[in-house]
Amino acid sequence: MAATEKKLPVTGAGPFNGVLTWVDQRFPLMALWREHAAEYYAPKNFNFWYYFGSLAALCLVIQIVSGIFLTMNYKPAAADAFASVEYIMRDVPGGWFIRYVHSTGASMFFITVYLHMVRGLMYGSYRRPRELIWIFGVVIYLALMGEAFFGYLLPWGQMSFWGAQVIINLFGTVPFIGEALAVWIRGDYNVSDATLNRFFALHVIALPLVLCGLVAAHLMALHEVGSNNPDGVEIKKDIDPVSGHPRDGIPFHPYYTVKDMMGVAVFLIVFCAIVFFAPEMGGYFLEANNFIPADSLKTPLHIAPVWYFTPYYAMLRAIPPMFNSQFPGVAVMGAAVLIFFFVPWLDRGRVKSIRYRGTRYRVFFALFIVSFLILAYLGTQPPDVWGSFGEGVPIVGGGVVGAWVARLLTILYFAFFLLMPWYTARDRERPEPLRVTH
Amino acid sequence: MTAIVQDQVDEKRRRVLLIATSAAGGVVAAGAVGPLIASWFPSARALAAGAPVEADVSKIEPGQQVTIEWRGKPVWLMRRTPEMVQVLEKNAKADFLADPESNDSRQPDSCKNAERSSKKELFVCLAVCTHLGCTPNLKKEIGPASDMGADWPGGYLCPCHGSRFDLAGRVMKGSPAPINLEIPPNHYQGDAIVVVGADAAKGA
Repeated sequence: MAATEKKLPVTGAGPFNGVLTWVDQRFPLMALWREHAAEYYAPKNFNFWYYFGSLAALCLVIQIVSGIFLTMNYKPAAADAFASVEYIMRDVPGGWFIRYVHSTGASMFFITVYLHMVRGLMYGSYRRPRELIWIFGVVIYLALMGEAFFGYLLPWGQMSFWGAQVIINLFGTVPFIGEALAVWIRGDYNVSDATLNRFFALHVIALPLVLCGLVAAHLMALHEVGSNNPDGVEIKKDIDPVSGHPRDGIPFHPYYTVKDMMGVAVFLIVFCAIVFFAPEMGGYFLEANNFIPADSLKTPLHIAPVWYFTPYYAMLRAIPPMFNSQFPGVAVMGAAVLIFFFVPWLDRGRVKSIRYRGTRYRVFFALFIVSFLILAYLGTQPPDVWGSFGEGVPIVGGGVVGAWVARLLTILYFAFFLLMPWYTARDRERPEPLRVTH
Repeated sequence: MTAIVQDQVDEKRRRVLLIATSAAGGVVAAGAVGPLIASWFPSARALAAGAPVEADVSKIEPGQQVTIEWRGKPVWLMRRTPEMVQVLEKNAKADFLADPESNDSRQPDSCKNAERSSKKELFVCLAVCTHLGCTPNLKKEIGPASDMGADWPGGYLCPCHGSRFDLAGRVMKGSPAPINLEIPPNHYQGDAIVVVGADAAKGA
């Protein structure tokens, strides 16, 4: 039996009409284009905060492309890794540029992702029916943290080594199986050649594949239910009967493709300024200690993770050991990340957007953002950065100021999530408008 | 050949076969994951490199500490002065220590004493902080001669998160480290040679 040839569709006009039609009879090219760009109707009131989704996607592309070219000269072996990175920096033509793009890209990726997440929280973009978009997003965030952690070991500098040492030892604190688990992760009794080799595999193959798949799922879920907007109004409730499209929607292409290109231009100016003038960003993007080769017998004086992990690191340090175990601190740190998954079900507000929320939500949200930022700062500093309390002070007498502040901020961080069902349900909200505003 | 006719399909039989095939496939997939997980355990080469190491302690002067490597981790060998031993005996049950008798800490039975060593004057210790694995620094002076305050009994300070230990690796209260520094299995061959990584019973 012969397969019947598909005669429709016949696409477009112009010089490539024949080619396009030939393709479209075999692959839904124009249908995909229409569904995801030309006829994907997005709310017309997107603002500044809506740049960061497409910028995060751009960061992923930058990291993949620069990463591919780095692997062409990098050697994932303990004996060669540090020297091969220096080789890229000094001897490979343009190697310094590729490497600085990759290291700057890592930090910029986290900046855009954090701003993207703040946007989601502000405008209630995680609310029904967008719970799965949010969950895919949190998984992307987790995968990105793993990707950054594995990648940070590869230059095999002192911070690479000791950062990995500290993080893997976090798994060593898991009750009962911790010790064996840490040996299994390292593949040796210490962070070693075996660890570096497998982290390389995870960094360049496993997690990038996972990330690309998750980003596809994130976008498919988004295009299934449609984008939220700064007003939190569902534009699909108001369809123009003539055109069949939402009255408050405009096609993604050309309106938002042009807007996003504008964002990309500004973003790249900032990006290039960092790459060319401040690639180390004062020790925040590339740490000074990482320009010293890894030495398993000598711990650097002050170990701090890269800035995007420091809020969680500050929480870890702030929790004292309990029951002769460091595990409670590790559990708090893990919970601080995983709690994002539950936000769609913790929020009981009747409106989505912060624009129509009451005072309670705004106060808790502001405290959450401030806590996150101060914790991030504390995590970059030594524990005693603010000295100690005097002996005479009640309760905290003699305690380290930074640790107590971090404890307080950790409580505020969790209060934003755990008290959400209470304060969102009782908040004095204003009614959402019927249509989007500008 | 018989043609496949839709209305003769035995749905029940089809479902049984589908479940059986999926289950068998699931077992095969699970079996295939086994070797992948196993490949992450230390290789034969890594295991061999983790064998016990020997070191000569006869050249270590009193008050001197040397660091050797065992399983890629630093191990301290210290010959204590009589004064150090005295301080440790005095602090055998001191209450500034979180676990003075090492009940919650890890050491061979022969080292579960005030000095945490089988020979009072020779200290063998894994130089890995029990908090998150950094290497503490030696602050061996006792009292104000150290820069650690007048009542400092001599000991170690971890640079990462400020954990403090005495000269027997016992953690002081208020440190982030939960337990005392670990004493690795060790025994002596004669007076001069210490073997790190194996107890006398299992050794040689």
